[in-house]
Amino acid sequence: MRTIRFILQKEFLQIFRNKAMVRIIFIIPIVQLLVLSYAANYEVKNMAIDVVDYDLSPWSQRLVHKLTSSGYFRLQRHTFNIKEAYEDLQRDKADVVLVVPRHFERDLVKEDKAPLQLLVNAINGTKAGLANAYAGSIIRDFNKNIRTEWLAMDERNAPPVIEVTYSNWFNTRLDYKVYMVPGILVVLITMIGSFLSGMNIVKEKEIGTIEQLNVTPIRKYHFILGKLIPFWIIALFELAFGLLVGKLVFSLPMAGSIWLIFLFAAVYLWVMLGMGLLISTFTETQQQAMFIAWFFVLIFMLMSGLFTPVESMPGWAQVLTWFNPIAWFVKVIRMVLLKGSGLANIQTYLLIMLAYALVMNGIAIWNYRKTT
Amino acid sequence: MQTPIVVQDVHKSFGAVKALHNISFTVQEGELFGLIGPDGAGKSTLFRILTTLLLADKGQATVNGLDVVKDYKAIRKIAGYMPGRFSLYQDLTVEENLHFFATIFNTTVEANYDLIEEIYVQIAPFKKRPAGKLSGGMKQKLALCCALVHKPAVLFLDEPTTGVDPVSRKEFWDMLQRLKQKGIAILVSTPYMDEAMLCDRVALIQNGQLLNIDTPQHIIAQFSKPMWAVRAKHMYRLIQDLRAFPGTDSCYAFGEYLHLTLKDGTAGVDALQAYLDTKHHEAFTMFSIQAGIEDCFMELMNTENV
Repeated sequence: MRTIRFILQKEFLQIFRNKAMVRIIFIIPIVQLLVLSYAANYEVKNMAIDVVDYDLSPWSQRLVHKLTSSGYFRLQRHTFNIKEAYEDLQRDKADVVLVVPRHFERDLVKEDKAPLQLLVNAINGTKAGLANAYAGSIIRDFNKNIRTEWLAMDERNAPPVIEVTYSNWFNTRLDYKVYMVPGILVVLITMIGSFLSGMNIVKEKEIGTIEQLNVTPIRKYHFILGKLIPFWIIALFELAFGLLVGKLVFSLPMAGSIWLIFLFAAVYLWVMLGMGLLISTFTETQQQAMFIAWFFVLIFMLMSGLFTPVESMPGWAQVLTWFNPIAWFVKVIRMVLLKGSGLANIQTYLLIMLAYALVMNGIAIWNYRKTT
Repeated sequence: MQTPIVVQDVHKSFGAVKALHNISFTVQEGELFGLIGPDGAGKSTLFRILTTLLLADKGQATVNGLDVVKDYKAIRKIAGYMPGRFSLYQDLTVEENLHFFATIFNTTVEANYDLIEEIYVQIAPFKKRPAGKLSGGMKQKLALCCALVHKPAVLFLDEPTTGVDPVSRKEFWDMLQRLKQKGIAILVSTPYMDEAMLCDRVALIQNGQLLNIDTPQHIIAQFSKPMWAVRAKHMYRLIQDLRAFPGTDSCYAFGEYLHLTLKDGTAGVDALQAYLDTKHHEAFTMFSIQAGIEDCFMELMNTENV
């Protein structure tokens, strides 16, 4: 224990003496949280719409008004010339074009149906899908209102319709930031766990100090613990710091127990630290360690459900996420913070993480040699 | 008391390269044993085997009676090792480095202060300075302190004076002499042949093979050929001419003189004189000298290479 204590003391001395490191620890979380949380936003609002209204009837005007007042669409051009609308689509000035044909109102009254054309710029598939869905739902709503007014005049005599009401649970205002901040916190502590720990060990190889250390009675586990514990502590500190920033800046809800987050993070970090350690056992320079860690973390991150939902991935990719520690933690931190899940809800995940931590560190320690 | 270092028939190859071939020697208690050889001769490989960092392909080695393979843990407690490359924490201060290495050997600086005192007082004025900001000589003194702080029975110093100024080099060797008197066996390697005279015994190593193991005095005594120191105004032309002379055995530049041996020994001097007269060298001087350790090594390395 005494040895470990002195190694820890040495490590902290070195970490805090390194000015770049201190900046990394304090500035990166703030920048990441503030920039990414605002920027990585999938809410689609203010889509530019061109309306080609050949009908110019009160109803078509009501429809256009309904669309533009929804907040999702912003009227870009009101025209009678479809070519102008096409041009706007070409030039990326418009996202959506709505074409209301001549005799729209008349056909709706006389023939009980009328066509509408919706052209969506689908370069960005997600955005196009959302535009389509928003417009579709607004038009349906409009349709229903029109029918009640026209056919029945009286709600009680209206034709039966299934009305779906909904309420957003756990993130009532559909605030994207509230959804993103916990995920970004995971990325943050992942970087510290996997990058800094691995690089720190490789640094000893690079500057040759490992040679001197290896000829001392220092135990393998002394050295490894001495190297990993500082980053474990720093990462947990970063988590606390990040949660605080999240609370102050984004009013991040904390529905569940914060201690549960820390418990999970504590176990999760050993997986990431183990990965850093493993990488350090077969690399010789900090660049190598950095690139390999980057490779894995990037894949883990993009496939973690942080930016795109896991459910929308193909089957094989979903299977891969079972082996992706980041995916588990992103899931758990959102569950606990937004939904208020308790230990019973996440204990399976906790056990999975524990198993990964044991496997990862087992391989790393087995692969770590004091001799060369 | 066990023999501090025993090496028997050690072989080590890296792929096709034979780094060490059939190495055997012993180092006695309180002996300063020098391993002299050019870069790439295998010195560091041998150190790494003896300090349990590398496994030999074949052969045995013991340090204080402990096998370098089986008892590696015990060796790591009693050996002091100073790698060829500066291997302390550059971002920690002198004091912190020393303290750290004392701690991981489960001791304190105070407990063995008498051993390092003499060296430490020289670097003590800089104890708050980061090790990376010390001069080359100071760095080596600190590294020696760190290697000594746990009172090792055997000291392994891999090229401790490489890249160090002549004054610091001399100081460093003075320290080794005093450490030796305290009963510590020291194995030291160096590419500088002049340092060989400061060792009790030396082994010349080249291309992974030991050429000769003896006291420096014996090695010099074995050198049988008469030798001359030669100089003239234009040294480069002189060395060209001497090497072109058929009766020349060897001719090397040593400082301001050329050291010359002849195939026929003293009998060849007249022929050489006649030959040089035709070359018209200005300010030509030539006198007989006693061969030094460096001459012996040059000779040994050459005979080995032929």
